[in-house]
Amino acid sequence: MKSVVKQEVLALNGDEAVAYAAKQSDVDVVAAYPITPQTIIVERFSEYVANGEVETEFVCTESEHSALTACLAASVTGARAFTASASAGLALMHEMLFVTSGCRAPVVMAIANRALSAPLNIHGDHSDTMTERDSGWIQIYVENTQEAYDSVIQAFRIAENTDVLLPVIVGLDGFTLSHTLENVHVLADDVVKKFVGTRKFVNVVNHEGKTVPFKLDPDNPTSMGPIALPNYYFEFKRQQEEAMKNALKIIPQVNREYAEISGRSYGDGLVDAYYVEDAEIAIVCLGSTAGTVKAVVDELRADGVKAGLLRLRTFRPLPVEKIVNTLKNAKAVAVMDRSMSFGGEGGPVFHEVRHALYDTDKHPHIVNYIYGLGGRDTSPMQIRKIYEDLQKILRTKHVETRVQYLGLRE
Amino acid sequence: MTSKEKSWKEISPAGVCWKASTQFLTGDWKTYKPVRDLEKCTRCLLCVLFCPDGAIHWKPEKGDIEFDYNFCKGCGICANECPAKAIEMKLE
Amino acid sequence: MQTETEWKFTAKDIAEKPDLFLSGHRACAGCAPATVLRLIMKAVRGPTIVTNATGCMEVVSSIYPYTSWATPWLHTAFENVAANASGIDAAFKILKKKGRSKHEHVDIIALAGDGGTYDIGIQALSGAVERGHDFLYVLYDNEAYMNTGIQRSGGTPLGASTTTSPAGTVIPGKLENKKLIADIMVAHDMPYVATASPYYWRDLLVKVRKGLEVNGPAFLHVFAPCPRGWRSDPAKSIELSRLAVETCIFPLWEAVNGDYQLSTPSKVFALAPQKKKPVKEYLQVQGRFRHLFTPKFEKLTEEIQRVTDERWKRLLKKCGM
Repeated sequence: MKSVVKQEVLALNGDEAVAYAAKQSDVDVVAAYPITPQTIIVERFSEYVANGEVETEFVCTESEHSALTACLAASVTGARAFTASASAGLALMHEMLFVTSGCRAPVVMAIANRALSAPLNIHGDHSDTMTERDSGWIQIYVENTQEAYDSVIQAFRIAENTDVLLPVIVGLDGFTLSHTLENVHVLADDVVKKFVGTRKFVNVVNHEGKTVPFKLDPDNPTSMGPIALPNYYFEFKRQQEEAMKNALKIIPQVNREYAEISGRSYGDGLVDAYYVEDAEIAIVCLGSTAGTVKAVVDELRADGVKAGLLRLRTFRPLPVEKIVNTLKNAKAVAVMDRSMSFGGEGGPVFHEVRHALYDTDKHPHIVNYIYGLGGRDTSPMQIRKIYEDLQKILRTKHVETRVQYLGLRE
Repeated sequence: MTSKEKSWKEISPAGVCWKASTQFLTGDWKTYKPVRDLEKCTRCLLCVLFCPDGAIHWKPEKGDIEFDYNFCKGCGICANECPAKAIEMKLE
Repeated sequence: MQTETEWKFTAKDIAEKPDLFLSGHRACAGCAPATVLRLIMKAVRGPTIVTNATGCMEVVSSIYPYTSWATPWLHTAFENVAANASGIDAAFKILKKKGRSKHEHVDIIALAGDGGTYDIGIQALSGAVERGHDFLYVLYDNEAYMNTGIQRSGGTPLGASTTTSPAGTVIPGKLENKKLIADIMVAHDMPYVATASPYYWRDLLVKVRKGLEVNGPAFLHVFAPCPRGWRSDPAKSIELSRLAVETCIFPLWEAVNGDYQLSTPSKVFALAPQKKKPVKEYLQVQGRFRHLFTPKFEKLTEEIQRVTDERWKRLLKKCGM
């Protein structure tokens, strides 16, 4: 076990922490477009560039669509690429998210989670990244600014792992995390640089019949992004799914390796189980609100209530096995969703957790709480109410309302 | 179902192409075939430059041009542009 | 702007260069864009990366597992080839700086049709040029969204019948004029903008070279007839590219740092205006203009002639002639 390195404590908000992590990760190309609440990431990074603190080509593209395109093109040319966006910007990139994962380019993108229009709203919720669930990107949701810093560094290792080769989104709640100052323990530059290492390239067979590295190189020409007709398209999608399966092993591995140098680990990398293994009532939650839930769990446990929290850190790939194991004793589960799937009778996380638990013997009651849309704050009292509802379900063995809206004015 | 196509495990990721298009012969597309009058031809090489399919080659070792009917689609550009009117499009 | 004199471009030298755009692509018989691509790749001077927008040339040259590209080649989407080029340019610059690239210089060529340039692609193109990336953007203009079925684009000329601007009983095809894309690019204050036509192959090749030699962005607008979409004889695709210049519908010029200069093939018609051919000669060999030769719509040919003459006059003024 390597010894934990000495770390500096800086006061950084989520955006600054992300920029700092990118600075240390030997990123080659950053192509980005500003959008609230991610602006500080690009602004801070451009300051690093202007002061010669990083060796990075910083491209101020004219739109987010071009930003991700430029990152993808840079990545397949052999460069390590990073970008950031939110809300409408991520939505504008939508087409390119699929192209990036289809091209197996290990781009890392920080998303300062923000609500989608209309109406316009600049505050935090998960509607922007939830909409990209199917895009083939790994999705990690962080609870605090420290985790934002740590996860961006880990993301490069996860993405570039040759068994994975999938792009990664690191989501941090808009304003709640992106703009809130917290103490962040940062590793030394050389430690991070060593941890992320240099990119390794898988080999592919090109049209000359030669086995060459997977990148655009005039010495070893490769044609990337062809049209694949019905006789081949399907096979490439299956390859992407296999990469997601491999990510289920790689993400915990990177989490462990990172813990060795930093002293910090986030659950097992996939899920963060907080007093939940023996819990009868549990909440499943993503992002910063999990912090509030943990505080409430502490209070309840002090009162002798067997309450727990399962924070899903990795949403894609969905850690089905972990969800099943962690909630094996839960009799009533409340899934919190910070986005909606209109007409779907519940939010996306709710759908997926139910799916994960469907085949289990124990079959807990599972209910949904839509919360925090458009940056609406969630109080500990509201969380307590959820646990009280769960206790009622235990007593009555009956679910009155499956989907509720926390903090909505009815 | 047997198929000569490769499985998802056998192909390189991300759709990197593994065959040059020169293995795909488009010559059977044509209805008309260019035939050259060797005497009229001045070897100006305009046909070599204008052919959309690169199906006419200049062979320096032979000092002459050669039609590659494996790729000629019979469009007739060569015949139309030839300044010496040395190429005729004949029904295949 | 003189190009490197050591580069020989006699027909023989060009013919002897191996094709980097390989045979066996699935373009239609008589496809001028395919000729244009073959010629462009003949002008390549060293390590080159090609990136292509979605469109005819991309699709016909990359049907998995086949590729017609002997150079490294990237396609991602339709509207963003200039952003592709930006990313490749940025990557190459930094990799070279960090000592991770063995190439002193790599030429980047971005290829797109009028589909991926005039309309959906103009944003990325404008942005990439404004940022000054080092690449050559080649627009092969077949004047409609040909790959998806001949729909009108900003590059479709006045009076042309396309599937979304069809010549009907009431409306005679497209009612708007062709967007002056090359002039828009000149307004970006960029190092090099030029127009070219495949019939004038030597002029085209020199312009490709000049574009590659520029240290920064260069834009080349190449006229590329499509027999399928234009309903013209496949054998006449190159002849049409000559007629377009002879009628001054598609004049050949270059703008070096904003200074317009008429190219030799078009200079002929500036110095001897009587040699300029009437647009009717060009229009009558294309099925997409067939309706203009009916009594109901023949007035439109006069309008086409008028617009052609007016634009030609404006160009002459810019060229100081």
